[in-house]
Amino acid sequence: MKKIIVVGGGPAGMQAALSLVAEGLKPVIVERSGALGGKLRDWHNLFPSMTPAHEVLEGMTKQMENAGVEVMLHTEVEGLTDGGVLLMEGKKLEGEAVIVASGFDIFDARLKEEYGYHIYDNVFTTVDVERMLNKGEVALHDGSAPHGIAFVHCVGSRDEKVNQKHCSKVCCITGVKQAMEMRQLFPDAEIYNFYMDIRMFGPGYEELYQSAQQDFGVNFIRGRVSEASPTIDGRLQIKAEDTLVGRPLKMTVDMLVLIVGMKASSSNEKYALPLSSSGFLTPRDLFSGAVSSDLPNVFYAGTATAPKTIGESICEGSMAAEKVSEYLKSRK
Amino acid sequence: MSAIEWGYSVLPARTMDLDRNDLGPVREMLEEMPQFGACIACGGCTATCTAGNLTSFNFRRVHTLVRRGEYTGAWAEMNKCMLCGKCRLVCPRGINTRGVVRLIKRKLGDY
Ligand SMILES: Cc1cc2nc3c(=O)[nH]c(=O)nc-3n(C[C@H](O)[C@H](O)[C@H](O)COP(=O)(O)OP(=O)(O)OC[C@H]3O[C@@H](n4cnc5c(N)ncnc54)[C@H](O)[C@@H]3O)c2cc1C
Ligand code: SF4
Ligand code: SF4
Ligand code: SF4
Repeated sequence: MKKIIVVGGGPAGMQAALSLVAEGLKPVIVERSGALGGKLRDWHNLFPSMTPAHEVLEGMTKQMENAGVEVMLHTEVEGLTDGGVLLMEGKKLEGEAVIVASGFDIFDARLKEEYGYHIYDNVFTTVDVERMLNKGEVALHDGSAPHGIAFVHCVGSRDEKVNQKHCSKVCCITGVKQAMEMRQLFPDAEIYNFYMDIRMFGPGYEELYQSAQQDFGVNFIRGRVSEASPTIDGRLQIKAEDTLVGRPLKMTVDMLVLIVGMKASSSNEKYALPLSSSGFLTPRDLFSGAVSSDLPNVFYAGTATAPKTIGESICEGSMAAEKVSEYLKSRK
Repeated sequence: MSAIEWGYSVLPARTMDLDRNDLGPVREMLEEMPQFGACIACGGCTATCTAGNLTSFNFRRVHTLVRRGEYTGAWAEMNKCMLCGKCRLVCPRGINTRGVVRLIKRKLGDY
């Protein structure tokens, strides 16, 4: 039996492999990093239920071990071939079908220079905050506790200045979640979220947002932060328009958290398949063909095609496996 | 000697400075009535307000300004409210808006 190649071992790729096994097929996951899990390995507690990320990851890896899924680590896919994929150093891997589940990249916040990431000490991204939460060390650069914290929504999303027109979808809820986590860690801090629109699309999200406002005392201000500048005492002054009252606003905070967006993966360009204006792979259609590509033997799963949650990415993993099985039967 | 009339004057800054504004009173208000914090500024209250349709009173704008520590004129503005309660009927966040009017009047009588 020839193999089914799964490119990427994040949540989407792991579920694709598990479902392929359930379909009686033989998957091989090709993963460029040294471990399975994708971004899940970096996250702390997951919205909306605050389930620890490691619980979800361990659950899936255990299933993978039981199913005996073959995994090639430290192996990067460089492109598609007629009957499989191209690996590093011109090596080829043959497969009857390919599921592309190579995920997304994190937007590089340094490109929004006006916010001072990697210029001022106390500017962080939501990714940094997840890592600090995992270490149990959320603090300012000098180890002290912040008194004023501001979150900036849409950093690297909905922004033509950095060529990212799309909405990254999961970052509003991530910002709400982290603001609530900050409140738990620093009960006396003032917390502000600066947003352009609040997009709460998922189950329980709007409720979480309301709870952040009402029970956790998080202040939401509609307006895009234009810049951050250092003050003489080493804090950060930010400026925005409070568009709900139509007046400019300024304030000083100790900690600035940039809510970074989901950027199309740089891997997407390797496949020579159609891409959207933001660089995500375009599925055949957005309804029943959401995991199908323009090629009959290539399928998509997860954030390779658009920003998605973990649950949505996992669903697509299963769906792609089912489509592979249908494709193989149709050839007989 | 009378002051020279230059034909122009310096306008007060329009920027809201959250470092300088006294956020104490609004913190007290939110503590007393946490649901006040749940406003999503939809403007439903202002749209339905009879007072707002006949005068310059904009309930949503005034209480949003209060949230930022901008209290000047808030008490006087709230006096335009007739406490009819129509706003409470439309608020999608279920805020006791009439209660907000009364809270602002009680806490900000000095401004
Ligand atoms: C700050 C932040 C917090 C988040 N928090 C949550 C949350 O709480 N709950 C939630 O539901 N979602 C959350 N998300 C979204 C979540 O991270 C994604 O939904 C999920 O990671 C998507 O899974 P994926 O498998 O599509 O991609 P990824 O997780 O990106 O995995 C892709 C995998 O493919 C590999 N790969 C890439 N290119 C190649 C290649 N060429 N060859 C071989 N391997 C390759 C990568 O190394 C990686 O292991 C968050 C996102 C961000 C940015
Ligand atoms: S989800 Fe929210 S923060 Fe993220 S890009 Fe969309 S509007 Fe901006
Ligand atoms: S209670 Fe006051 S603010 Fe509300 S609708 Fe009536 S007049 Fe307007
Ligand atoms: S109706 Fe309620 S949510 Fe809408 S602006 Fe008025 S108080 Fe806020």
